[in-house]
Amino acid sequence: MILRGKVWKFGDNISTDLIAPGRLFHLRSNLPELAKHVLEDADPTFAQKVQKGDFVVGRKNFGLGSSREHAPTIIKLAGVSAVLAKSFARIFYRNAINVGLPVLICDTDRINQGDELECDLEKGRINDLTKNITLDFTPLPKAMIKILNDGGLVEHIKKYGDFKID
Amino acid sequence: MGKTLAEKIIGEHTGREVKAGEIVIVPVDVCLTQDGTGPLAIRQLRKLGLEVAKNPKRTVLFIDHAAPSPRKELSNDHILIREFAEKTGACLSDVGEGVCHQIIAESYLKPGDILIGADSHTCTGGALCSFATGMGSTDVGIGIALGKTWLRVPETFKVEITGSFQPGVYPKDLILHLIGLIGADGATYKALEFCGDTVEKMSASGRLTLSNMAVEAGAKVGLFASDNTTKEFLKEHKRTKDFRKIEPDEDAKYERIIKIDASKLLPTISFPHTVDNTKTIDQIRKTIKIDQVFLGTCTNGRLEDLETALKIIKGRKKHPKVRMIIVPASKRVFLDTLNKGYIKAFIQFGAAILAPGCGPCVGVHEGILGDGENCLSTMNRNFKGRMGNTKGFIYLASPATAAVAAITGEISDPREFLVKKNLKERR
Repeated sequence: MILRGKVWKFGDNISTDLIAPGRLFHLRSNLPELAKHVLEDADPTFAQKVQKGDFVVGRKNFGLGSSREHAPTIIKLAGVSAVLAKSFARIFYRNAINVGLPVLICDTDRINQGDELECDLEKGRINDLTKNITLDFTPLPKAMIKILNDGGLVEHIKKYGDFKID
Repeated sequence: MGKTLAEKIIGEHTGREVKAGEIVIVPVDVCLTQDGTGPLAIRQLRKLGLEVAKNPKRTVLFIDHAAPSPRKELSNDHILIREFAEKTGACLSDVGEGVCHQIIAESYLKPGDILIGADSHTCTGGALCSFATGMGSTDVGIGIALGKTWLRVPETFKVEITGSFQPGVYPKDLILHLIGLIGADGATYKALEFCGDTVEKMSASGRLTLSNMAVEAGAKVGLFASDNTTKEFLKEHKRTKDFRKIEPDEDAKYERIIKIDASKLLPTISFPHTVDNTKTIDQIRKTIKIDQVFLGTCTNGRLEDLETALKIIKGRKKHPKVRMIIVPASKRVFLDTLNKGYIKAFIQFGAAILAPGCGPCVGVHEGILGDGENCLSTMNRNFKGRMGNTKGFIYLASPATAAVAAITGEISDPREFLVKKNLKERR
């Protein structure tokens, strides 16, 4: 699958509190409404301006903090095609795959706000069309590729009635 | 080949030897959700037509994050949780019972268990030698229904701590120091294994503080070998029979060994807005005024923590411009502190005592910061917006440093305070 879109660049340590803040705890059972506030505390313009297919690009330790799965869920609901970062916090990484949001570990230093990216999930390659550079990303563990390809963990279990990850 | 604690516990569950890096499917012994993550877990199970709990007696649904509920939307989420518990026979821990991690430790977890919890601080359970780790709602929901999950066996960092703390320095200072040392992502995907004579002498309460914050260095779990202290803790909660001794092998393979001399540690504070932004008390040159002190949470809301604070505030006056909020971590802690007369002393000091639960830690209610306000908190996170306002500033410290700030109205050195108080008492 080839993903294409524009970059929204964020910094180090984007916490799940910045993605889906505790002050909006009461919206967790209303995900479309919560998605209108996604990443609001990191970039107040993001939720209104993000276009379908765009990429969220962080630096290191993206998604640290709370286990709230609502964080990757509303990034996906906002239309984001994938999150790229130099590293991810463990629970966010796992949650993203479970909700069917690709998370790619790559060197994001040369990617800037507004760049056009093209991302080939099978080949493990990202083209920054603005900069005319190619970046490789670390392949996901096999178990996660399986869950992601099934469309997330709920779909995976629906399909097999059990874990079928080997 | 020698095994780490993580490899031992996971290996017992797979029925064969495992080593770091392997991906395995394991039965889970205990599952937990809380009111911020439980409703989503339940809805995911509904999508699958799997509204069941494989092991209801060891599935615990907590209502602690927004308890009692401050909004109708959350009251409705609570109804959903109660209905699921009723339907599946799972255990419910409702308003007033306390924080999930404290109650799981008091009443459910035993050495050698695998616990998955839809809350990042589920790693608290590592203090009882349980492979306790945080996951999202879907993972834990599936764990509840199928009684299993998949895991990558983590590599382990051995954290060897030796020496005695000087007065005024506590396990909280140690864990803040460690996170400052290795960074907020210093142990991502890894297990931490705490050992050394300092932790051998450390109370279960102190160990729970260390394990609780393992995730703040990115770790999957923060483990301790089970020993006599673990046994005593279980006995105190009428669960002596749940004790089992588990130790790592002497020739276990560690990815990294971190050595810390506890006697050299100083009171340590995490500055806004990341936990690894630590400073020791002597590195703080300017006055930092404090508007709110928060003593509580799964990190530092236990009897020992409240006792530490009480000894400091006793016979002293609260600074008139400081609000002090105290939240016992569980009903048991609340009752114990009540029976010992601590609660009365705290109220006379001028503190507000709230029902056991997460209190203001999650930014939902009960102590949201105003613009530009500073809070000194014993909790585990100081991220921007954590206490409900991105314009608020959170400093993390030990219960002693928190108690001293309630008196002086600023971040102050608890050691000086303890020394001065001792001198005064001697006179």
